[in-house]
Amino acid sequence: MVTFIKTWKLNFIPPFLEPVLYLLALGFGLGGFIESVDGVPYANFIAPALVSISVMNASFFECTYTSFVRMYYLKTFDAMISTPISIEEVIAGELFWGATRSTIYATIMLPVLLIFGIIKMPSSLLIIPFAFLGGLLFSCIAMCFTALSPTIDTLNYPSFLFITPMFLFSGTFFPMDVLPLVVQYTALAILPLAHVVIISRELTLGVYSISLLASLIWILAATLIFFVISIKLMKKRLII
Amino acid sequence: MAVVLEAKNLEKRFKDFVAVNKINFKVKEGEVFGFLGPNGAGKTTTMKIIQCVSPKTSGDLKVFGLDVNEHPREIKQHMGVVPQMDNLDPDFSVIENLVQYSRYFDIPIEEAKKRANDLVNYVQLNDKKESSIDKLSGGMKRRLVLARAMINNPKLLILDEPTTGLDPQARHLIWEKLKDLSSRGITVILTTHYMEEAARLCDRIVIMDNGQILVEGTPKNLIKKYVGDHIIEAENTIEIKTCLEKNNIEYEVANESVEIYSENVPHITNLILKKCTSSSVTARPATLEDVFLKLTGRKLRE
Repeated sequence: MVTFIKTWKLNFIPPFLEPVLYLLALGFGLGGFIESVDGVPYANFIAPALVSISVMNASFFECTYTSFVRMYYLKTFDAMISTPISIEEVIAGELFWGATRSTIYATIMLPVLLIFGIIKMPSSLLIIPFAFLGGLLFSCIAMCFTALSPTIDTLNYPSFLFITPMFLFSGTFFPMDVLPLVVQYTALAILPLAHVVIISRELTLGVYSISLLASLIWILAATLIFFVISIKLMKKRLII
Repeated sequence: MAVVLEAKNLEKRFKDFVAVNKINFKVKEGEVFGFLGPNGAGKTTTMKIIQCVSPKTSGDLKVFGLDVNEHPREIKQHMGVVPQMDNLDPDFSVIENLVQYSRYFDIPIEEAKKRANDLVNYVQLNDKKESSIDKLSGGMKRRLVLARAMINNPKLLILDEPTTGLDPQARHLIWEKLKDLSSRGITVILTTHYMEEAARLCDRIVIMDNGQILVEGTPKNLIKKYVGDHIIEAENTIEIKTCLEKNNIEYEVANESVEIYSENVPHITNLILKKCTSSSVTARPATLEDVFLKLTGRKLRE
């Protein structure tokens, strides 16, 4: 079988710039007023969340807006499926590329966070392979939205209604246990970022608990489900 | 000659709409085969089924003797496609577009570069090799898409409206290339709205309408069979029409004029001039366009 290698030219607008700004503003600015969260300095607390958010954004926006442009405006997928490549392979390629992008972003961020001295080594290195898995999950979810969106504008809905709440309420900037119990459980049930943050945080702090395993299982299961659904939906949309 | 493609009762439905209605046709090796028809006739749908990107609803379609549903990968390996809309990658230069595309066929990189360079030469884009796609004119893009379709040395080339929207120079260049490719034994299947193009290029054509094939044959034979050698045109007035009817001459109304299909131009022309009118009467050789309009009607298609 032809393995499909993507060689899209990349624009490496430094992906670490945004998290560094957040880190300076929130970690050290706001963090000056917050001594610690559960005994962890505030900057150390949000560092893994910033990596997780980067992982989410890198793949989610790649597989929504960018994939939509390739599919709808540039007809790139149509061009590719008139070669021996099948639609399933094209979409899988997009999904894995989204995951790769997340991995690249996470990898670039690690040294920055290390310089600030707010992550533990070597356990934080596991963030790199984990970013691929997390990225794949967000790619698959994003691709479902892309497959269902009639126009590029409708992609704004998941961006505002799914990504923004997730950005705020996934235990990113404050621990989830300050939320009412119902909200906590709901967040854990439906917000993928919450699980990515749990795992990343345990890796960067170097403290492990059973929730790491639970979250890993949640992510693996969700990735598998959305991988299958996203390819099915795209096939339904493009093969008529 | 070997049969490259054979359709039997080929059908494609979209819910209640029948886009291709049980058509039958055969394309032989080395032939240039044209699909003509008004918009919505089912040409593009047929092309997409041949390209193995749109699954047929029922019937049989074999390309290189292989079923399109069962063996898409093998078929696509030996097929080149020029789609109706250019879908080049704007992130890549001219030459990169070709090399990138060759990756999808698993062509080794050195070989791919060599082929890409040869093809850029072949479609006369050598000066534009490193240009970005945005800087190319419509005709240049079309030539590049043709070059891209040739990257895998296809045995069969499918072109959906290859010259729509091009200036005469660009159109002639594409024609020249297609003739050349055909002379090298590559089978070509194309759709077009231009009758002149079909008459010049195609060994055989079919005219489609409403998902069905109306007629099939060589352009020459179709003209002879459905229209005759010549067409005489006269003004569309009541006097002329009643006069023609009185003299048992069949005619077709074409907006401003009436058209008489005839093998015997001097006889009919004289007759009309003598008996019906003193205003202008013109005679011209019949074309494929006359066949097309006769068979598919003059009503506008949306």
